[in-house]
Amino acid sequence: MTQQEKRGWLGIGALAILFVLAVPVSAWLFNIRYTYTLATVAVGGAMLGTVSGALGAFAVLRQQSLMGDTLSHAALPGVAVAFLIAGRDLGWLLLGAGIASWLAAHFVTVVTRTTRIKPDTAMGMALAAFFAVGIALLAYIQQRPDASQAGLDTFIFGQAAAIVQQDVILISVVGVVVFICLALFWKEFKLITFNAEFARANGYPVRTLDMLLSTLIVVAIVLGLQLAGVILMVGLLIAPAVAARQWTHHLGQMVVLSALLGAVSGASGAILSALDQGLPTGPLIIVVASVLVAVSLAIAPGRGVIWTLRQQQRDRQRFAALAGLQEKP
Amino acid sequence: MVNHTNHDDFALDIHDLTVAYNSSPALWDVDLQVPEGVLMAVVGPNGAGKSTLIKAALDLIPRATGDIRFYGQPYARARHLVGYVPQRSSVDWDFPTSVLDVVMMGLYGKLGWFRRPGKRERELAMAALEQVSLSDLAHRQISQLSGGQQQRTFLARALVQDAQLYFMDEPFAAVDAVTERAIVTLLHELRARGKTVIVVHHDLQTVPEYFDWVALLNVQLIASGPTEVVYTEDNLMKTYGGRISTLASSRDRMEV
Repeated sequence: MTQQEKRGWLGIGALAILFVLAVPVSAWLFNIRYTYTLATVAVGGAMLGTVSGALGAFAVLRQQSLMGDTLSHAALPGVAVAFLIAGRDLGWLLLGAGIASWLAAHFVTVVTRTTRIKPDTAMGMALAAFFAVGIALLAYIQQRPDASQAGLDTFIFGQAAAIVQQDVILISVVGVVVFICLALFWKEFKLITFNAEFARANGYPVRTLDMLLSTLIVVAIVLGLQLAGVILMVGLLIAPAVAARQWTHHLGQMVVLSALLGAVSGASGAILSALDQGLPTGPLIIVVASVLVAVSLAIAPGRGVIWTLRQQQRDRQRFAALAGLQEKP
Repeated sequence: MVNHTNHDDFALDIHDLTVAYNSSPALWDVDLQVPEGVLMAVVGPNGAGKSTLIKAALDLIPRATGDIRFYGQPYARARHLVGYVPQRSSVDWDFPTSVLDVVMMGLYGKLGWFRRPGKRERELAMAALEQVSLSDLAHRQISQLSGGQQQRTFLARALVQDAQLYFMDEPFAAVDAVTERAIVTLLHELRARGKTVIVVHHDLQTVPEYFDWVALLNVQLIASGPTEVVYTEDNLMKTYGGRISTLASSRDRMEV
């Protein structure tokens, strides 16, 4: 391990400790009472943020951010149809969401492969079409006499308060499976993300690995829908990764830091929204995550805006000095 | 080789290869035999199918027809004998990883599933970096490399594959003079060790200097053989000058 790598891990460790310490500090500073309900919501938010942060790192590196947005918007009709069939049961709703997302992804692939339409256009179309159907179905559901307490519209902007202990158990089980997959296929995922062609020439089943990684990303999106909502879920997926990328050049560190920043965003958004029942969770999470991104883009050493500008200025001065030296006879 | 068939004399034996993207052929009925131990340049104009030839050989793209053998074996069984240097521009160099890490990727295939690279892999990668004079930059982030250093990183990754036959897709494209010399030295070292190297090359002037074997390609194979025999003005004219007629004739045949 190089000196720089060691420093990176130490920094991430320190941040993790700060994050844990933030619980008693915030309780004391802002007089927050961590009741059982609030603790459930906070833990759920943190875990969802962890899973989407870790997988978001791969989504960003694979340049699939827009795909993530398409998939999350496209989940809405699936949620509605699942509700119509099975009623309000989180497992079924998420299964419906997953199927709708998968259909949208398939639609994009088929359209891109068989027509001259470019991927970004195909994604835009899928996003709009699926989301429109979802909104229409939602309106239909809410007109039905028995739907007054359906509350499906929480899926649009997310509602952390809806998370109960059973959901946290589901999230944990899925989260553990996700991290086991990441650990088992770490070097393969790294290779297909960096250079898929080389992986294929080496005999790796790139298409299968690709599908596995994409499926994990879909799982992260679908799990997070209840918390962040279909409109803003993409933020919880990619913002932690964008912020993390600024601080490290090491894939492992980027994934861990991204997971940690996702946990910070998810937990603080969930707590803020649970304290005041009226506030939707998604926007709060994304505000926190965006602040992390803004700070990282500004001050990260080596890649941040301030560092880059200062470096440019130094270079200019150096070249000016060199040019001045040359002018002398 | 254990299995003595009539293919065995050649490191690479391509028979009747045709590849088509959409309606026009990218490669048309290519027959190419590459003997073991040569440094072969593949030259031809843009769109002549040079990269396509490599990708078809490595089973990266589907072929319409054709049989390709490596030392008498199909690629799926000869993978461990083949090293690959893709075009430098085919990856995102802002990926968060180090030079050493990229070089170790050349060993993933041998490691197999679930096993992580360890001390042995690190030593092999360092040795390969030594060969391309990049040891000093082993821990450098790949986003900080110059074009030539990127190219040498890719070459080191192919070297750790310890192959018999190497495919290099435009290794000389936009590199500095130091890197160009390093690649040439490396090519000669590889030949001295009995390896076969197939290089997509653009600089027509350096072909006779760097390579002892050449294939002239423009959708169809115009000629292939020892450089001093086939690298003639006449063949170059056919490859570069006759481009439009070559394409047209192959299209006509497609429609029959």
